Formats: sequence, structure tokens, C-alpha cells
Amino acid sequence: MQKLSSITSIGDHVQSNIFSIEEIRGDFPVLSRRVRDDKKLVYLDNAATTQKPNQVIDAITEYYQNHNSNIHRAVHALAEESTEAFEVTRDKIAKFLNIQNREEIVFVKGTTEAINLVAYAWGRDNVKKGDIVVTTEYEHHSNIVPWQLLREETGAKLEYIDIDENGELKLEQLDEYLATGNVKLVAISHVSNVLGTITDVQKVIKKCKDAGAKILVDGAQAVPHMKVDIASLGCDFYAFSAHKMLGPTGVGVLWARKELLENMRPFQGGGDMIREVHKYETTWNDLPYKFEAGTPNVADVICFAAAIDYLTKIGMDNVRNHEIDLTKYALEKMSKVKGLTIYGPKDPQKASGVISFNFNDVHPHDVATIIDKNGVAIRSGHHCAQVLMEKLNVAATNRASFYIYTTKEEVDTLIDSLEQVAEVFKL
Amino acid sequence: MSGDPIYTEMIIEYSRNPSNYGKIDDAHIQRHDSNPLCGDSIDLYLNIDDKKISDVKFDGKGCAICMACSSVLTEMIKGKSLDEVKKFEKDELLSELGLQHLIKTSPVRIKCALLSLKALKYGIYSYFADKMNDVESAGNLKDEAANLY
Repeated sequence: MQKLSSITSIGDHVQSNIFSIEEIRGDFPVLSRRVRDDKKLVYLDNAATTQKPNQVIDAITEYYQNHNSNIHRAVHALAEESTEAFEVTRDKIAKFLNIQNREEIVFVKGTTEAINLVAYAWGRDNVKKGDIVVTTEYEHHSNIVPWQLLREETGAKLEYIDIDENGELKLEQLDEYLATGNVKLVAISHVSNVLGTITDVQKVIKKCKDAGAKILVDGAQAVPHMKVDIASLGCDFYAFSAHKMLGPTGVGVLWARKELLENMRPFQGGGDMIREVHKYETTWNDLPYKFEAGTPNVADVICFAAAIDYLTKIGMDNVRNHEIDLTKYALEKMSKVKGLTIYGPKDPQKASGVISFNFNDVHPHDVATIIDKNGVAIRSGHHCAQVLMEKLNVAATNRASFYIYTTKEEVDTLIDSLEQVAEVFKL
Repeated sequence: MSGDPIYTEMIIEYSRNPSNYGKIDDAHIQRHDSNPLCGDSIDLYLNIDDKKISDVKFDGKGCAICMACSSVLTEMIKGKSLDEVKKFEKDELLSELGLQHLIKTSPVRIKCALLSLKALKYGIYSYFADKMNDVESAGNLKDEAANLY
């Protein structure tokens, strides 16, 4: 029987410069699947969720076959193994993102829950009537709606940083908001899930710090695609999800400064988050457990470590370079397709591997349905970003998003498939 | 791609030139509905005279399936009595465009096809229940609408 600790240490510290797509694709069983009329699957919906390598799938099986147990409580062998493996993931995240204090890493079910945790446990005590929360026009609903709820509850103001015609933020507007002296929090995406725009977070964070505002960064589309160094960023809150970076669904991370977490009230009450419970009063457990009420997603947290190992082995700089290369290739080819409108930055250095587009006046749902017959999986719709859709004045867009296993041939298949859309719609 | 089971000539034609597209000012019934995940969003307008649908229009944004089905629905119910329209089944609409297969093959796209019918059922329900105070005539249209897809 394989030990859990050995499963979750695959590829530790190994930074490989050899990036063989063939080899990588071989680790992902679903990529060799055929769909619809025996068409090769071309999976270009990685901004929604990525596929999982065998290493992650095997870790789940191994956990349930040999180690399954609740954690942090019992003293028996399985409980000790599970607890250790669970905490190993926390350490790996700390190392992966250069986080100094492991107790600042809180496991949640995803980025959405992480942001809601901040809005509830920090926002309700720190944001008052007349205060301002600033977000942007290119946020996912998960970084808009929690602030709308907070606004309703507290009477605070919610302000937006607009985007320009290149899909980049008009950061001078942030200066204006900060100049009022009333901004308590700036909540901003590190990378836009629709446009792929990379926010100049370094600049935003500096502005916020100078003005004394707290800064939350939604890193759901950043951590999977580029090197993120939390210590040098210097933000206050950072959130991301495991399933967008080869890991399982149902696991996310909220990182927050220790002093903030210490002063925040709990998000949920229950088991594991307490030190002592009496009839009418309770004292809280240490960080991060104060924010991890109830049995967490033990199995998926444990196998998330295998995903981090996998990415560590490839090297995040290699991941990023591969995506720049692919995006450059795709943008060059797509800009030659008649009737194709691309939204967002046209410079691959300024964007992650996400391309949003519309094809003539064909509704994105029709585009996606027609190319799906070719096995091409893209996302169509508003991408949980209706504020951005309003700004772009479209009901929806198509979105192709790439990852480490995406090939140029797959980009070609996407573009060739658009010809069929043109044929069906007699364009 | 001849013989495409969804994108027939008729559907493409309707999506390019929808029937009864537009707005009725001060319509007796106006119902907005949308599919939150795909972005189809329509308004259905109906005028009722002498217990008949004297006029019907729709507007909004949607995919080809949504546009075609909304067009055909408005064509099919115009001039019909409310009693007839209340009994209108989804199969009648889908078979008109050869889309019955969507019920089985595409749980996502069936929502595009039936959005306007859902708006119709809700609209007539609220016409009877809220405007005419006639809950009996409204029948179970609300449940039918809610369970359409």
C-alpha cells in the first residue's frame, strides 16, 4: 500500500524545463476521449474548470481506498494519516504562493465562498454607511454580488472602475475614489475571466496601501496560469479555487493577513472552529481553524496537493509561456477570420490564455452548439459577468480558454469549425 | 452540414427574419423571461379581445432556436381563443420546427426552445389570476410554466 505522504510529494521541488505536451496530455485520460460523432475532444473551456491528471485522480482513489477518516479529532491511525495529509496541502500552498504563515491559509469550498467569507466576517464589522467598496466592470458575479449584499446591509456605496476599449481598467478612476478617503475595500480580479486581462495588481495594491484601503484580489483565473507571489504582492485578501488548476472541485483557499483574520468574527459556527463551548459562550480555535467549521472537504483538499505538485513540476513560468505562445498563435489566426470580433487585449503579454469573441451576428449559443458537433468545447453565455456584457453591449460571448495541455492543432480545429457556423448560417 | 437536426433552413430563416417581432404598447399582457445561464432574454406582448388573442408580438435577444420558436409560437396562437391557447402543449410547438428531439438530446437547448412558451403560460396565468381575479380560469398554468423544463 502506498503511503499518502508519498502520493502527495510527487515532483516536489522539481522544476523541469522540458515541456512535452504529448507527455502531459498522456496524463489526462479525458483528453483522449471521443465525443459526439466520434470526434476528438477539443477541450477549450479551461477558464470554467480544468481537466484532472491521473496523479490527482489516483490520489482520490488512494485516499478513499486506504486512508479515509475524519481529521483533527480522533487518535487512530487513519485519522492521523488523513490529518497529516490535509495539513501537507496547506504547506504546499504556502510554498507554491510564497506565503510566510501557514495559518493564514483558510480552506473553503471555492473562490466564491472565500469572497463571501470576507464580505460577511470582515465587511459587516468594518464597512459602515457612507463607506465605499470599489470593484470593477470586469468582475465575476462572485466579486460583485457579495458587495451588493453588504451594501444593502450597511448602507455603504459600491463603485466600479470602468474598462477602456482594450479591456483594461481605467485606474485613474481608482485614484478618484481613493481620494475621497472613504474607500474601505477594493475588490478586484487578478485576471478577468472573460477578457483574460491581467490587472496591474502591484500598482493597485500600492495605491490602496497609500490610501489606507484594504485590498482583496480574486485570483481564480491567475493562480492556475502564472507565478503568484503573495508575500511580494502585499495585498490583504487573496482567493482562488483548486478546480481551475488541475485540482478537484469543492476546494478553494482564502488567504488573509493574520492580524485581519485574528480580528474577524467567525464565518460559520460549528465543530472544529471552537476551543471551548459552554452553554452561552464559546471561545474560538486558533487560525486557520476558526474559519473552518465542520468537516472540511478532506479528500479533495488532500488530492489538491497532487495538482500543486504537477504544476510545480512543470513550472509556472513554463505554464505562462505556453499560454502566451498559444494566445499569440490564436489571436493571429483569429484576427484573419472574417466577421470575428475579439474582446479584450490583443497583446498576449497583457492577457491570460482566454479569448472572448463573437462571430458575425450569430448568437454564441448557436456557435457553441454547432462547433460542439466537431468535439470543440467552448463556453458561450455571459460567463457570470453580466456587468461586463452590458458594458460590451452584447448579450453573450463565446469564450475559448487554454491550459497546459492545449495544442495549436486544437486552436486550428476551433477556427476551422467556425467555417461550419458560417455555412449553416449562410454567412 | 445538410440534414442538421437543429439548424434547419426554417430555423435559420426565422432567426434572420423573426415573425411578429416588436412591441405592443400598453399590451394587456406583458411577460418578460430569460434563461440566466445562456443569456436568452425576451418580452412577450399579448392583447386579448373577446377572449381571443387579437394581437401578439415578442422582442428581445436570443439564439436562433429561441428566435425561431418564439416566432412560430406567436404565429400559432394569433387569433386563437384563450381556452385553446391554455391547452397548448410544448410538443405542438417543437414539432412545428422538428425540434422534439431536443427534449431528449439537449437539456440545455430545450430551454431556448421553450422560453417563449413559458412566458406565454405565466402571462396568461397572471392575466386571469391577477388582472381578472379569476383563479379558476387560470388553472394550473403557473405550475405548467414552472415545470416546462
